[in-house]
Amino acid sequence: MKNVYYIAKRELKAYFVSPIAYVTIAIYLAVMGGLFGFILYYSREATLRYVFLHGVSILFLVLVTQVLTMRLLSEEQRQGTLELLLTAPLRDWEVVLGKYLASLCVFLVMVILTGHFPLLLIRIGNPDKGTIFAGYLGYLLLGASLLSIGTFASSLTQNQIIAAILGAGIVLLLWLSGALGDIASGAFKGIVSYLPIFDHYIDFVRGVIDTKDIIYYLSLTLLFLFLSVRVIESRRWK
Amino acid sequence: MIQVEGLTKYYGETLALDNVSFQVNKGEILGFLGPNGAGKTTTMRILTGYMPPSSGQAKVAGFDVFKDSLQVRQRVGYLPETVPLYSEMTVHDYLDFMASIHQVTNREKAIDRVLEACGIGDVRDTIIGKLSKGYRQRVGLAQALIHDPEVLVLDEPTIGLDPRQITSVRQLIKSLGGERTIILSTHILPEVSQVCQRVLIINRGRIVAEDTTERLTAKLQGGLRIRLQFVQAPEDAETQLRRLEGITAVDKIAPNTFEVTCAPDVDKRNELASLAINKGWGLLEMHSLSMSLEEIFLQLTTEEETS
Repeated sequence: MKNVYYIAKRELKAYFVSPIAYVTIAIYLAVMGGLFGFILYYSREATLRYVFLHGVSILFLVLVTQVLTMRLLSEEQRQGTLELLLTAPLRDWEVVLGKYLASLCVFLVMVILTGHFPLLLIRIGNPDKGTIFAGYLGYLLLGASLLSIGTFASSLTQNQIIAAILGAGIVLLLWLSGALGDIASGAFKGIVSYLPIFDHYIDFVRGVIDTKDIIYYLSLTLLFLFLSVRVIESRRWK
Repeated sequence: MIQVEGLTKYYGETLALDNVSFQVNKGEILGFLGPNGAGKTTTMRILTGYMPPSSGQAKVAGFDVFKDSLQVRQRVGYLPETVPLYSEMTVHDYLDFMASIHQVTNREKAIDRVLEACGIGDVRDTIIGKLSKGYRQRVGLAQALIHDPEVLVLDEPTIGLDPRQITSVRQLIKSLGGERTIILSTHILPEVSQVCQRVLIINRGRIVAEDTTERLTAKLQGGLRIRLQFVQAPEDAETQLRRLEGITAVDKIAPNTFEVTCAPDVDKRNELASLAINKGWGLLEMHSLSMSLEEIFLQLTTEEETS
């Protein structure tokens, strides 16, 4: 576990040495702040529900998570430093997990920095705190799985841009899979209607914390982390 | 220290290593020589646990590189061909990271030690991306040494350096031998004769020769060759020379200049000198001709191609 920490620490430093993290966080706060302000102004409701469900915030979440993860493993491959990590006494999963956790940390910082939204609502109105908590939980779980998909995408290529587009593509395909549910039937329909990546999130935003939804995002995260490890492992066999 | 047996590696359909076997003893510096694409990097990547062989086995310090990969990786320092550096980190932070993932206990001490050994103390706090090629190479070497490994695997460690840097890196590698076992790959031939005790020539995935540099030379040319120059040699000097026991061939290459080949493992220099002096030919020059590694290399690798 110590190795995971070392990998994550180096990665976190790399985020903050380059402008990536600062720019991403700044733009994220600007966009989310603007969205929050507009929605509050027009709806006059003390709720974050519209912010969480707004198309802008969902698409922006996809964008931001893919930008945060696009260089994680692709850059290591391009620079040749992956060879360094794979010949050090580290296990492949430690490398992948460490890098993933670094991106998760940056994401957490971003989300925590939006903490003034609920604080503001509590000051000016009387929001349902439970719903806000559930919304944030769903948002974090969704973000965590999007980061995992991004990590997987960046394990597949040496090119950061391709990694970002690939990651976004996987997310959008998972989203689209909901449309399949309308034409599918039988057991397949059951599987397909469970797949769409944003559906489970909607439950959280409504204030419902369902174990099924938590398990969905956790297993999605683990699945793509597992796949990333397999991809890294397969480099050894080529 | 390193035992390699019947190592074979396929990349898809392509055969990269064909039944390679060799051994490296503790404290030895082995030169791995071969043209580009001969299988040097593949062998090194297998030894460092980067990838497994298709068949055969390799052991480092008694540990199988595939089954006990982590044990092997703890004991091996590796400098890949393209020096893997994080360009946004400072030299110190980079070495600190490398030390931590190698579970080095006293990291600062280890960093100071390799900074000193590789002569890069003056760039300790410089961003790696701003370093010159020579410094980068030495930072790479420092990284390979950080956990004080028993075995060093260096893939073309002097590539891209200027002549002075090449000399200093070679000195460094030589000084590391003795306590450490080193495998060094190169396609620069003088490097091998300067640094290594033993050479392994590899071509198209197969070992074509393996011996000490001196013995390899002697073996290939089939005996010591000596060039002699006299002030005044008689007409029948060639015949007289040939009559000496242990001389297999005499070539007259210029007036009064001869090349004499001795039988394998025989040194007739003393006898030749006495002969010339006793007969009053006036010995001007006598030196042994050694086949250069270039010649050996070309001979071995071209033979391979024509067969």
